[in-house]
Amino acid sequence: MPINDALLNVGLSHYLILSALLFTLGLLGVLLRRNVIVILMSIELMLNAVNITFVAFSRYSPTANMDGQAMVFFVMTIAAAEAAVGLALATTIFKKFREVNIRYFEHLKG
Amino acid sequence: MQAEFLFAILLLAPLIGFIINGLRWKSKNYLLAGSIATGAVAISFIAAVLVVMKLFGADAPKAVTVEYFKWMAVGGLEVPVAFVIDHISALMVLVVTGVGTLIHLFSIGYMSHDERPSKYFAYLNFFLFNMLLLILGENLLLMFVGWEGVGLCSYLLIGFWFSDKEKAAAGMKAFVTNRIGDAGFLLGIFTIFFLLGTVSFDEIISKVAGMPVEVGWSGPITLAALFLFIGAMGKSAQIPLYVWLPDAMAGPTPVSALIHAATMVTAGVYMIVRLSPLFILAPNALHVVAVVGAATAVFAATIGITQFDIKKVLAYSTVSQLGFMFLACGVGAFGAAMFHLVTHAFFKALMFLGSGSVIHAMHEEQDIRKMGGLKKYLPITHATFVVGWIAIIGIPPFAGFFSKDEILWKAFSSPLGHKGLWAAGVIGAACTAFYMTRLMALTFWGKPRFDEHKTHPHEAPPSMAIPLIVLAILSAIGGFMGIPHVIGEILPGHPGNWLEHWLAGSIAAPAGEAHGSAIMEWILMGISVSIAGLAALLAFSFYVIEPDRPKQWAARLPGLHRLLENKYFVDEFYFERIINPLVSGSKALWAFVDVNFIDRATFVVGDFVRGMGSTARTLQTGNMQQYALYISIAIALMFVYLLEGPKRLAELFGG
Repeated sequence: MPINDALLNVGLSHYLILSALLFTLGLLGVLLRRNVIVILMSIELMLNAVNITFVAFSRYSPTANMDGQAMVFFVMTIAAAEAAVGLALATTIFKKFREVNIRYFEHLKG
Repeated sequence: MQAEFLFAILLLAPLIGFIINGLRWKSKNYLLAGSIATGAVAISFIAAVLVVMKLFGADAPKAVTVEYFKWMAVGGLEVPVAFVIDHISALMVLVVTGVGTLIHLFSIGYMSHDERPSKYFAYLNFFLFNMLLLILGENLLLMFVGWEGVGLCSYLLIGFWFSDKEKAAAGMKAFVTNRIGDAGFLLGIFTIFFLLGTVSFDEIISKVAGMPVEVGWSGPITLAALFLFIGAMGKSAQIPLYVWLPDAMAGPTPVSALIHAATMVTAGVYMIVRLSPLFILAPNALHVVAVVGAATAVFAATIGITQFDIKKVLAYSTVSQLGFMFLACGVGAFGAAMFHLVTHAFFKALMFLGSGSVIHAMHEEQDIRKMGGLKKYLPITHATFVVGWIAIIGIPPFAGFFSKDEILWKAFSSPLGHKGLWAAGVIGAACTAFYMTRLMALTFWGKPRFDEHKTHPHEAPPSMAIPLIVLAILSAIGGFMGIPHVIGEILPGHPGNWLEHWLAGSIAAPAGEAHGSAIMEWILMGISVSIAGLAALLAFSFYVIEPDRPKQWAARLPGLHRLLENKYFVDEFYFERIINPLVSGSKALWAFVDVNFIDRATFVVGDFVRGMGSTARTLQTGNMQQYALYISIAIALMFVYLLEGPKRLAELFGG
């Protein structure tokens, strides 16, 4: 049974499909949501989608390559730093306008 | 001492003087400024003497050369900053620094009432530095740097009293006229480099050494020589580029003495003498030089007869004397040209300084019609001026006699000479005697024509009198360095022609036999001296014995008098035929070509860029999410391109 087969035997493509879905969700969040906090969360989602691909490729690599696993740690570190900066910006925006709507970032335009 | 060290002092002393006086340009302390400037030049003179001493002696080198560093090396062109003192530049450097020191000294007294003495002395020092570059530079490019530098200083000093519009315009005229000559000089340098692949004097001379004499007009050497002569025409005020020199008298009188009589204007002659081995290969170019020189000598002398400004008379005299030098160059008598250059520097500097003393005494009056009888007020100036007068009209044994007579003799006897050139020279000499005597008569002799109760002429202070006396002595005895053989033979001890001997190895001589015998030389000498003497006597009778006669003669020959008084209408001609058409042509080009084509083209480009900008500006909204969208779309398209190739990408856009 092909459908059962596809559902039971989880392989690389499943991970990639999941990752793509998560990435698209994140991207849509970034593009469409107005709340800065949600946008930051969406970015995290995109980053983690990428992490999934990294790990998946590492796991299914024929030579048992650990590079992808290592890369994930870097991505997580960067994500933490990015979140810190982004939240700081969000806090500043909130202090000024009592709201964290992305449109207030237009005021940064020179 | 080391040559490098001496050359550095020689060159840098005036430059340092310039910097010191230039930095304190606001100071009105003329004594301090003048002392610094004079001291700088005096140091330079001493250094020059010390270097020149190296050339004397049994096994002395022919030239002292120093090379400081490489200036530029481009392709086949390699130009070092190198300086040389050989037998030619030794004469010139001594004259320039020696006479320069005297004129600086004179300036201290002359500029004592001026508003900006520091600036004046700074310019004067800077001029001297550039002049030394011109003289000592070992290649044409260094010479050109000095050549331009002296032109700049000349401009600055002619227009020194620039609040007077006419004086500022005179400076401009000198600068622009010189530019024309400079263009010729540059073309000459290019031609030489193209032809010989070098700009160093030493290499040029050794490379042309074996070349055959060029017969035609279009040979490269003839071309180079003619181009260089155009440069010399501009700097040394020859027809047709002489017009700036008379106007240059707008500057302070010591400037006229230093720049426009003794040193800068002789640069053209010096350059030709320097390159004499090149010029000698182009006899046709030399003929041009000789004819232009002879024509200028006569032409300027005739104008000098009718001028009433004391400095203008001397200016036309300078133009005429420079003509004599070019006449000498043109007949291949480069030694005679150098000789006249040196003696002329003495007596003309003397006369200019003398006229400065007169002008100073008469409270800035320059019109000789309002002078007369100054002999009793200015005894020293008069006495020294008399020496200069005798020297220039060529009465033996004063300096001018020897040098002018050598030129006339060479014009007659040289293989490149011609009887016509000799005759022109004699006419020029006669006119010179006439107008100089007229100048003496109107200025110093006769009855005063100014109000003796209002104007009290005073004799020059010592700082002005000393240079006059020294130059008078030099004008009197300067000629003995070049005693002609025919005279030397009958003198006790048979003095030889020292100058000829000194220059013999450094300058070229025309090929072929000189014609004319010793008796001929005596006869011609007698003729030229007696004609000059007669002209002087005639002028004496005109202006001292019967002061009414000039007016009668002017009335009898109204056309000629008008022509001479208006300087042959050359300035008017230039304005009418060259300058005005050029200006109106340029204006037409501006109104039509510039506005309609060039301006429009730049506007079109500008509008295009601005249009692009205003389109692109709409993309920058400040909306972050819009930016994110652009980025996402671009990345998506990039993936399509990378994975599917350009074809699929084109299909996406409906292609």
